[in-house]
Parts: sequence; structure tokens; C-alpha cells
Amino acid sequence: MSGAMKDPVQIRFSGSGGQGLITAGVILAEAAMLDGRNVVQTQTYGPEARLGSSRAEVIISKGTIAYPEVTVPDVLLCLSQEAARKYAMKVGPETVVMLDSTNIGEDIPASGRVLRLAITDAAVKAGGRVVANTVSLALMNAIVPVVSRGALSRAIEERVPAKFRELNRRAQEAGEALAREVAAAV
Amino acid sequence: MKSQRLVQGNEACAHAAMYAGCNFYAGYPITPSSEVMEILSYELPARGRVFIQMEDEIASISAIIGAAWGGAKTLTATSGPGFSLMQEGIGYAAITETPCVIVNCQRWGPSTGQPTKGAQGDVMQAIWGTHGDHPVIVLTASNVRDTFEMTVRAFNLAEKHRVPVILLIDEVVAHMRENIDWPEPGDLEVIERARPAEAKGFRPFAGDAFLPFGAGARFHVTGLAHGPEGFAVSDEAAAKELRRMVGKIMDRKVELAMADRYLLEDAEVGIVAYGITARPAQAAVDLLRAEGVRAGLLNLKTLWPFPDHLVAEVSERVGLIVSPELNMGQLVREIERAAAGRCAVRAVGRVDGHLLTPAQIATEAMDALRAGADRGMAERSAEGVRA
Repeated sequence: MSGAMKDPVQIRFSGSGGQGLITAGVILAEAAMLDGRNVVQTQTYGPEARLGSSRAEVIISKGTIAYPEVTVPDVLLCLSQEAARKYAMKVGPETVVMLDSTNIGEDIPASGRVLRLAITDAAVKAGGRVVANTVSLALMNAIVPVVSRGALSRAIEERVPAKFRELNRRAQEAGEALAREVAAAV
Repeated sequence: MKSQRLVQGNEACAHAAMYAGCNFYAGYPITPSSEVMEILSYELPARGRVFIQMEDEIASISAIIGAAWGGAKTLTATSGPGFSLMQEGIGYAAITETPCVIVNCQRWGPSTGQPTKGAQGDVMQAIWGTHGDHPVIVLTASNVRDTFEMTVRAFNLAEKHRVPVILLIDEVVAHMRENIDWPEPGDLEVIERARPAEAKGFRPFAGDAFLPFGAGARFHVTGLAHGPEGFAVSDEAAAKELRRMVGKIMDRKVELAMADRYLLEDAEVGIVAYGITARPAQAAVDLLRAEGVRAGLLNLKTLWPFPDHLVAEVSERVGLIVSPELNMGQLVREIERAAAGRCAVRAVGRVDGHLLTPAQIATEAMDALRAGADRGMAERSAEGVRA
């Protein structure tokens, strides 16, 4: 799943409020900016502060980005069963679909190039489910590199409170380790 | 290279207000505008400027009017329900010719509606929300950089013309993050209100010069119809003052008009859009051109006074104007009026809380073109029958 990066590249993160998806979108957008790209990050959420469905989208391009929302994602991440039900079939044939098998049953249908990975389990092992977003980011960027590793690490450091940096660094490593397992299995 | 920052529309708005010299904010938090208030709640006091959380939006608009008469550059930010409460105050700001800026981050309405969903349903309210003929300027923005520039522009126009200026953005622009070149001091013009040459004999409503309370002159400010001295008048004197106040904005229609153009030079289809909807509209231009239809975009940044001349210019050159909006058809009425029958006008509305997509706008344009061609053929064959 390597090769020249598409331009623009469209990424959709989906799950429940509180899983840190909007933060993940902001970190990815910040990394893209550090790489010298143009970027638009949007979000959709309900009136609730926690739970409820939540979605963050990032579009990265060398050119100007007119339409700010994802039309057909190049990468889709689903961290909740509800999100998978909503989005996992609305993808293109080449979309890389990453489903968190900790939260999403195998019977939930998905289209595209589907990967079922225990993301939240990996986050818990790295220090807590709160870093499932960072595990996801590192995992995604290892499988489909959309930003440089250096920019991603710097963006995580800049956007995460100082006392959680070490935890997020472990989460980043856990995500990359999960990606290596996928590569070994393919 | 300029320093770049990844910021939300609301962040850009808050920082742009400080860039423009805003030194007084009064507001009541409401989704999707709250980040403007949150940021100013710590940034303004840190600079020795004033931030007040009011008990509601009626108090908020009243506070910024009073502070403006105290000499401050003032701002409040809100969304639909709060904007509705502010209408009486906006009328008071208009008749007292008070420079102030009101940001409305539009959300789906009416009433509580859908707080986290974007819309463009407050366009007519921004223009006509308060009662009576009145002067007001309404601006909009379709991206984060524009939000910065239009916020500064809103302050400049308020200062220069002594009017309330309303900046209409929407939930998507308000919460969207984009990388922008961060303006340094001096990059954008900042205008301060004109002061009279001397305080003695100052007439508060005789022109654009402005003197705050406590600066050496005693004068009267009232919501009653008033003359240049600020005391109540009626009959022809009231009419004369109202005509002057409204005229100072409407007579500057051309000067105040701001718009971006995209591939309009050779266009046969003109999309006239504004705010967030200008973005799918621009992508729709590309889709239509890929289908062999020469489309172009006029992205309006000034919504009031309505730039008739810009729309008229497009209507003279195209066969069709498409007017996409996140409402059931508001600005399209102004567009139709300005086009004055010179071309067909197709309204495209969406009110489910989602953005119009490029494909939707392009499909409507193609459909309108086909309908126009069918009508043309029918007219030609009818003429054939008559001949």
C-alpha cells in the first residue's frame, strides 16, 4: 500500500465523542502544515460533550483546497461500531479501511481494503484507552504515509499537554508496532 | 517565508479582532461561536483590555454600544438565538451611528435548531433583522484566512462609517482549521475613527467624526429620531436624518463591494455564492469545465449593501446564474433582482445541516442548462408556428 501519495489525500476519522478523534485530526493537520502542505481539517459532532458520533476529516494537498470535506476517503478509520456501520461501506475500492476490532464486531461489513486491528487493546497496553487516537495516527501513517514521521512526532509533542507526552510517545510506538505486524502478515 | 499557523475560523476571528485594536469584548457564549469568546477571555485581559461575560445577548450588545461611546473598539460574537436577541440593540447602534462589530457564526435554525450544524439562514436577518430602514454593513468569509481579513475589515468599516458591521460566518468556517500565513503588524490596514478637530461645539450626529463621552464635550445620544445635535426631531427633519444615515452606506455600494472571481472571464454559467458555499461552488466550476461547460464563480464577501453591479456584470455575459445557499433561498432574491431578467437564475438550497457538494451544484447547473435549452427550442418552434 505504498507508492506515490495521492494529491489531494482525504482522511476520515470516525468514532464516539471522547475518543480524541478531533485531536487526532488536528495533530495530523499540524503535521501536514509542518511538511509544507496545505491542509483543511473539519469536524462533525452532535450536541453531546461525550459519546454520540464524532468525525474528523483532514484533506492534504500541495495546491489549494476548495471543497473542505472528504468526498471519497483514501483512508477511513473507525473506532466505534456505530461509526463502522455509518461509514465502512461508503468508501472507494482503493480506500484503506482501518477498523478497531476491540470495539467493532467481525460481522460489521466493510468495503475497500479492510484491516481489522485491535487498536484500543494496543492503546490500553501502551498506557490507556485515552491514547487510542495516537495509536491510530501512528498506525495509519505507517501503513499509508501521508506526513513525514518527524512532522507527526513534532505535531504530537506540540498538541499534547507536557505531562502526557511520554504516554503519547509510547502510544506512537505501539501504533507503529501494530503496523509492522500487519506488514508481516500480508 | 511568513510564519504559518494552523487555526480555526473562530481563532482567526479572535486574533484578528485584537489585531484591529479591539479593546472591549462583551458576550454570552453560544455554539458555534464560543471559541471567539473563550480566546478573548484570556487574551484581552493579558493585554490590559476589557473582557466581560454578560448575562445574555441583549446585555452584550448594549455593553458594546456603551463601551464604543466610551471610546473603545468593541466586539461581540454569537449565533442565531443570540443574534435574534441582539436585533433591538443593533437598531440602537444603527440610529446612534455607533461603531461596533457583531460576529454571527450561523447555525441551523430557527430557534435552538441544530447547534453544531452549519447554515446560511441568517442572511436576511443580518440585513433586515432590526426594525425600520437602517444603515448596516454585512460581510462574510469562506475560509480561515478570509475570516481574519474580514474581521479586520469589519472593524475598519465600523470605524470609518460609524455603523454596526455584521460578520456572518457559519459553523463549518468557525470550527474548520486551515494553515494560513499569519498577518504581521502592518500587513493589513487598521483604521481608527476620526476625531473632531476640537471638542468644543461637537455635534455628535453631524458627520463621521466621533468623540467619546468624557472627552471635553457634553452631548445627547438617543434612540429617538434626532438631529445633528442629538436631540429629538420629527417630520421632515427626521426623514432627512434617516436618509443621510442609510445613504452613507447605500451610496457607497461600489466602494464597499468585495468579491473574488474564479474563471469568470469566458464563463457561460456564473455561480454566485458566498461564505462556506463558495467552496463547493469553486469545485463545481472545475467539475463543469471538465464536462465542457465554461463555468465561473463570483464569491461575494460583501453581502450588504448588496453589490448589484457585480451581479449585473455577470448576468450580462452568462446565460445562467446558479445561486447555491445553505437556506431555502435568501440572497437569490437579491441576485434575481440584480440580474433583472438578463439571464436565467437557478436557486440551489440545502437545509439538512450538511454542506452542498460540488456534484450537487454542478448537477443543478447542468439540469438548468438542459431546461433552458428545451425552453429555447419550444420558443423557437412556437415562433415557427406563428410565422
